[in-house]
Amino acid sequence: MRRFSWFNATSLTFGFVFLYLPMLLLVIYSFNSSKLVTVWAGFSTKWYGELLQNEAFLDAAWVTLRVAVISSTIATVLGTMAAYVLVRSGRFLGRTLFSGMIYAPLVMPDVITGLSLLLLFIGIGLDRGVLTIVLAHTTFAMCYVSVVVSSRLVSFDKSLEEAALDLGCTPMQSFRLVTLPIIAPAVISGWLLAFTLSLDDLVIASFTAGPSSTTLPIKIFSAVRLGVSPEINALSTIMIGIVTIGVISASLITKRSMVRQQLEEQEAIRT
Amino acid sequence: MTQTVFAPWEDPGEKPLIQFKNVTKRFGSFTAIDNLTQDIYEREFFALLGPSGCGKTTMMRMLAGFEEVTEGQILLAGQDMARVPPNERAVNMMFQSYALFPHLSVWENIAFGLKRKKMPKSELDARVDEMLRLTRLERFARRKPHQISGGQRQRVALARSLARAPKLLLLDEPLGALDKKLRQDTQFELMDIQEKTGTTFVIVTHDQEESMTVASRVAVMDEGQIIQVATPDKIYEEPASLYVADFIGDVNIIEGIATKSGEDGYKINWSEGKEPFQAKTPRTLSEGQKAYIAIRPEKIAVSQDKPDSALNSIKGKIVDIAYLGNMSTYHVEIPGGLTIKAQTANTRRLSRRSFTWEDEVWLSWTLTAGSVLER
Amino acid sequence: MRRFFLIFIPYIWLLALFLVPFLIVFKISLSDIALAIPPYVPVIEWSDGWAGFKNFLSQLDLENFVWLTQDDLYWKAYLSSLKIAAVSTVLTLMVGYPIAYSMAQAPNEWRPTLMMLVILPFWTSFLIRVYSWMGILGKEGFLNQFLLWTGMISEPLQIMNTPTAVYIGIVYTYLPFMILPIYSALEKLDASLLEAAEDLGCSRLSAFWLVTIPLSKNGIIAGSFLVFIPALGEFVIPSLLGGSGTLMIGKVLWEEFFSNRDWPVASAVAVVLLLLLIIPIILFQKNEQKSREMDQ
Repeated sequence: MRRFSWFNATSLTFGFVFLYLPMLLLVIYSFNSSKLVTVWAGFSTKWYGELLQNEAFLDAAWVTLRVAVISSTIATVLGTMAAYVLVRSGRFLGRTLFSGMIYAPLVMPDVITGLSLLLLFIGIGLDRGVLTIVLAHTTFAMCYVSVVVSSRLVSFDKSLEEAALDLGCTPMQSFRLVTLPIIAPAVISGWLLAFTLSLDDLVIASFTAGPSSTTLPIKIFSAVRLGVSPEINALSTIMIGIVTIGVISASLITKRSMVRQQLEEQEAIRT
Repeated sequence: MTQTVFAPWEDPGEKPLIQFKNVTKRFGSFTAIDNLTQDIYEREFFALLGPSGCGKTTMMRMLAGFEEVTEGQILLAGQDMARVPPNERAVNMMFQSYALFPHLSVWENIAFGLKRKKMPKSELDARVDEMLRLTRLERFARRKPHQISGGQRQRVALARSLARAPKLLLLDEPLGALDKKLRQDTQFELMDIQEKTGTTFVIVTHDQEESMTVASRVAVMDEGQIIQVATPDKIYEEPASLYVADFIGDVNIIEGIATKSGEDGYKINWSEGKEPFQAKTPRTLSEGQKAYIAIRPEKIAVSQDKPDSALNSIKGKIVDIAYLGNMSTYHVEIPGGLTIKAQTANTRRLSRRSFTWEDEVWLSWTLTAGSVLER
Repeated sequence: MRRFFLIFIPYIWLLALFLVPFLIVFKISLSDIALAIPPYVPVIEWSDGWAGFKNFLSQLDLENFVWLTQDDLYWKAYLSSLKIAAVSTVLTLMVGYPIAYSMAQAPNEWRPTLMMLVILPFWTSFLIRVYSWMGILGKEGFLNQFLLWTGMISEPLQIMNTPTAVYIGIVYTYLPFMILPIYSALEKLDASLLEAAEDLGCSRLSAFWLVTIPLSKNGIIAGSFLVFIPALGEFVIPSLLGGSGTLMIGKVLWEEFFSNRDWPVASAVAVVLLLLLIIPIILFQKNEQKSREMDQ
C-alpha cells in the first residue's frame, strides 16, 4: 500500500530544489555581464570568451583530460582483474590483505592518500608530473572499478562460463567470448566512474602534481580561494553541461535497450 | 434426532455479522466489485472462491479497511464501517505473504497487536502464551521469522491475527505458500482453531478443493460478482451455472435442445439422429431452448455391456486412461466426436483392471446424475 | 600460471602504491624534521648495511605524537572535526530520510527518473558543487539578498567562514550517499508489513516508528557512515566555506605539509586520523555484512 501523499511531494520538491538550485544559480550567473557575480547586470557570454582566451586554463584542462583517459583505462583493466580475482579465485595466500587493499582506498581520506603517495614518489626519486598523477589516480580508481565490476560478477551465472569451457573454450577464450560481453556494462560504468573521479580530484592531484602539470581542479581551487569569479562560473557551467548530457544520454541508451529487449521478448512470446 | 445443523443463513431471525449492501468498488474506470449484496453470519467459515482478478481480494481488503467502498455500505454487527480506519476495526487479517515483522521475534510478533491495546503486562503474557499453545509454537517463541519453516510462519501469522480476539478474521490465500501435503494438514488445523475460538473466518482462495474442505459456505465469484453462494455439497452437486460447474471440480458438459418429458424431466437432444439424454431438474425450461447437462465424471458408470436399467447410456471407445492411484479417469470418445470423462474407483489392483485403450465400452448414468443448466 | 598473473599484477600494484606508501607515512611520522632534502631525519643509510639500519631504527621516536597532544591546535582540530562530522551526519540524515522515503513511496514509473536526479550531482565535480555555495552564502550572496528582500533580516548574516557554512556544504555534497542506501532499504520494504501493523492496531505514525524505521535501520547506518567517514577527513569544504572560522584536521594536515613543510608532523597527523577512522570503518563493514546476510 504505497500512498504518495502531500508530505512526499513536498519533501521531494524541497530536496531537489536544494540539490539543484545552487548549480542552477551558477549556470544563470555565468551569463551575467557584471564582474560582480551576485548582481545581475544583463545577459552576456563574454566570460566564455575570456575563458577560451585563458591559456593556463586550457593547458590545465588538457593535462586533466590526458590524466583522466590514461588512468581510467589502466584502472579499468586492473580493477576488472582484481574483481575477477576477488569473486572467482577462491582462497589464495594474502587474500584478506588483497580485499582489504581494494576496499580501504574507498574510505581513505584524500589527504592521507595524497600525502602517502607523495612521500613514496619522493622516496624513490620519481619526478612529479603527469606520470605521478596517473599512478595516483589509477590506484584509487581501480578500487572503485573493482567494486562496480565485482557486484556484477557476483550476480553472474557461473554456469555460462562452465558451458563455454564444456564447449571447448580455453579459460581465456571463455573470459573474452562469454564473461566480458556480459559484464561489459559494469566495466563501462566502472571506466566512466574512474574517469569522473580523476577529472574531479583536487586533493590527491595537489599532492602528486608537479609545477608543470597543474590540473584543472587545482587551477579552479586556487582561483576560487580568492572568491567567486564569473570565469569559474562559465567553466563550471560547461562542466555541468557535459556531465548532464552524458548522464542523460547514457540513461536514455540503457532505457532504450531495455525497452527493445522487452519488446523482443513480447514478440517472441506471441510468435 | 434433533441435532442442529449449523445453518444460520436459513434462519430469518438470525442477525448477520457482516452485511454488504449494494457495494461497488471502482479503480479508475475498472469495476472490481459490481453492486454486490451478501450477508455473512457469526461463527461462519465463509470462503470467497474465484480466479485471480475476480474481486475476492478487493472484498477482503474492503472488510479490513485498506480499500474504501465506492458505492454502497459494509456493516459489521450493524455498524457502518465506512469511516472506521483499519487500526480501529475489530477485524484482523492474515496476509498472503504472512507479513511477519522480520525484526521482531515470534513472541514479539504475536504480542504486537496486543501492545497496541495497552493491555497489562501479565494479561498480555498470558494471551501470547495461549496463542503459542493454540498454534503449537511454544518452542519457537524466541526465534526470528527467518529462522522457522514456512508452515511455522503460517501459524505465527495466524496466532498474531487471532491474538486480538477479532470478531472477524480475514485469511488471504492462507495456505498458498505451503506444499500440498502440509496444506491438507493445515486445513484441518484451521477448521479446528476456528471451532475452538468461535471466530468468524472469511477466507479468500483460488483453490476449490481448499474452499470445499474448510468452508461452511462457499461464494463463487467472477468479474466482481458472486455467482453462487451455497454449502460445499450444494455448490458441487447443484451448480447454478456452467461457470460454477466448470470451476469446481471436473465436469462433462453436453449441449443440446430441451424438450419437456414427464413431470419434472426434460429430454436434451444433443446430436441430430441420436437418442436424447434424459434428466430431472427443479428448473423450468421453455420448450426448445438451449440447455446443458453437467455430469461429474464419477457419476458415470463404465461397463462392458449395455446396462439394462440405465435411462442414459451410450457406447464409446476409450482413448485415454489417467491413472491417479485411488481412481482412474477414462476418456471415452462417443459418436459425434464428443469425449466424455468417466471416473471409477480403483478398488482392485491395476493388473486386474478390466478396460484398456481402444476398448469399446458403455457409459451410463441416472436421471438425477447430471444438472440441467441454462447458461 | 595465468591465474598467477591475474592475481599478481593488481596485487603488486596495490602493494607498491597503497601499502608501501602507508608504511612510509608511518615511518616518517616517527622521524624528526630537518632542513634537508628530504626534510626529515633519519634516512636509512643503505651503504652501511645492517648496522645502518639498526642505527636508523634507534633514531625513530614518538616525539611527533607527543607533540600532537601538547599543542592545542591538533587535538582541538580532531575534536572539532569529529563534532562537525557527527553533526553534519545527523543533519544529512534528517534531510535525506524524507527524500529517500518519498522516493520509495513514489509510483514505480517515476523511480528511475528520481534515482537519476539523485545520482546526477554525484557525477558533477565536487569542487564545483562546493563552490556553488560560495555565491549563495557570502555577505552579498543570494541567501542574504533574498532574506533582506523578504525583510526577515535587516543586516546581512555572516554565514561564510562559519561552521554553519561547513555543515551546509557537507549536507549538500554528501546527500546522495545518505539517500541511496536508505532508499534501497525502504524500496525492499514489503508494503503488506505496514498494512499488517495497521491491521493490528497501529496508527500510520506508530506503524512508521515500529516498522518502517527499524526495517530501514541498516540503510540509515550505512548512509551515516558513508557521510561521517569522508566528512571527518574533509579538506575542500572547510577550506572554501569554513575559512579561518573552522578547524578541521584535513585542513591542518594540508597546511602542515604545504605551508610549514613539516613532513613528520603531517605524517603523524595522518596516522592519528587513520586510527580515528578505523573504528567507524570496522563498524561500517560489520553493518554491510549484516545487511548482506539479511538479504539472503
